[in-house]
Amino acid sequence: MSDLTRLTIAEARDALRKGETTSVELTEACLAAIEAAGVLGAVVHKTPEIALERARAADARLAAGEAPSMCGIPVGIKDLFCTEGVASQAGSKILEGFLPPYESTVSGQLKDAGAVMLGKLNMDEFAMGSSNETSVYGNAVNPWRAGNSEAALTPGGSSGGSAAAVAADLCLAATGTDTGGSIRQPAALTGIVGLKPTYGRCSRWGIIAFASSLDQAGPMTKTVRDAAIMGAVMMGHDPKDSTSADLPVPDFEAMLTGDIRGKVIGIPREYRMDGMPQEIETLWSEGAEMLRDAGAKLRDISLPHTKYALPAYYVIAPAEASSNLARYDGVRYGYRAPLSQGDGVTEMYEKTRAEGFGPEVRRRVMVGTYVLSAGFYDAYYNRARKVRALIKRDFEEVFDAGIDAILTPATPSAAFELGREISDPVEMYLNDVFTVTVNLAGLPGIAVPTGLDRQGLPLGLQLIGRPWEEGDLLNTAYALEQAAGFVAKPPKWW
Amino acid sequence: MSIDKDTAAKVAKLARIKVEDSELDALAGEFNAILGFIEQLNELDVDDVEPMTSVTPMRLKRREDVVTDGNQQDKVLANAPDAREGFFAVPKVVE
Repeated sequence: MSDLTRLTIAEARDALRKGETTSVELTEACLAAIEAAGVLGAVVHKTPEIALERARAADARLAAGEAPSMCGIPVGIKDLFCTEGVASQAGSKILEGFLPPYESTVSGQLKDAGAVMLGKLNMDEFAMGSSNETSVYGNAVNPWRAGNSEAALTPGGSSGGSAAAVAADLCLAATGTDTGGSIRQPAALTGIVGLKPTYGRCSRWGIIAFASSLDQAGPMTKTVRDAAIMGAVMMGHDPKDSTSADLPVPDFEAMLTGDIRGKVIGIPREYRMDGMPQEIETLWSEGAEMLRDAGAKLRDISLPHTKYALPAYYVIAPAEASSNLARYDGVRYGYRAPLSQGDGVTEMYEKTRAEGFGPEVRRRVMVGTYVLSAGFYDAYYNRARKVRALIKRDFEEVFDAGIDAILTPATPSAAFELGREISDPVEMYLNDVFTVTVNLAGLPGIAVPTGLDRQGLPLGLQLIGRPWEEGDLLNTAYALEQAAGFVAKPPKWW
Repeated sequence: MSIDKDTAAKVAKLARIKVEDSELDALAGEFNAILGFIEQLNELDVDDVEPMTSVTPMRLKRREDVVTDGNQQDKVLANAPDAREGFFAVPKVVE
């Protein structure tokens, strides 16, 4: 078979089961694609030996006729997931040399299902960023380019390496994590599908923590069907994560009928931002039309506290990060700064954290420290938690009023150039304006590519669903995907 | 409210992150940009709102209070920058 790396999970699964290819062939094709794509900076720790060993084991399972859907499928794993014996640095210098003695629950479930890990994928440091520019490994680069320009564009972030790797056909799919939009924004900027499940669907155990009340893992794939297949394997209850939901995970793929007749789709007026590019506006209204043509009803809705989501997020996420990242002290794992004569334990902490964390992580840890400090806790942190409750209530009210899913743009723009000088840290935060509400409310959200902009760059829409109803959300996304018929691929220049 | 150089230094100290004196003014400026953005939250009346404590309304699971793991000293110490005789080693803490 030609173009093995371009296969979707569903196509590869069917080909494997029919014996038209083997997992070893698929894996070798992906490893070769990775070798040829160094310039994309997507894969930061390659694991070819592990990959081929797992591929051979998968082929044996397939031959025995007992292979689950993900068996033999080559995937990439975001560097945030701890993988046993394989570097897991969260894109940070402070975890240099760390080799986890355990496997995260999510990557372990993929492994047990027979998925083949090709390597670890680039990301913003500790998942803090929207352009993959805060990574210690350097930038990941979007395989898409604007028109005839050769300028390197961001694949988005924080799961930028995952997005670039899937869009460039280096792997059939990848894991991502999403704290404020880190699956959906990069998926939209690279023309792939990204699903953030309901908070509690995927175990957080073994995923390096950023903001524990917001973090959630999910699949980044070429199609909605693949997100259904891979998502189901990643989800499920885990006693090792106390916030993991003890709920059955349905067969999402079987729920993809494409029939959305009678579904009510909410169009939230607050997502029509001032200064929003016309192309995004058009994409959004065209997407709404597609859902209506498929038999859904459109309804204008209001989510009145939307504009307060980003400021609330930039209190809550740094606060949780400052607490979670307190563990990086140069004692138990990772980097320890060289010390001068006479330095004590405090100097060791301060130098280790100054040298081990990059500027954005240092900034957020300190902002978090400030909003939690004595005298400011109520004014900032508690107030933000109250606003978060209001944002969640906005969604509950529209769902109670009969809305099945909400359609919004996924990002305020297409992929932008890497290396833009950004003096105001808040400017970068605006990338997550459409996605961050979903994390604050703990809801499932999915980005689906639906068009190209004037320069030929992919654009995506976001669908937001009711809690725990990923199956219904995926089916609506599937209907949108079918109607949009997005099949564009970046021309190979690397 | 505006953050000055001294407050920036205090926050850096609390966070145990060394910041050179020459960098404190710039850091205070960045804090002020971010906090200025956060100030928007004061537009809302939240007096009668309960702060969110749990993302999904679930009762946390309980289990028997028994030891379920342990005896992994080698694994625990394997990643330490400095481990000696079964302990993590750090610079002198008490004079």
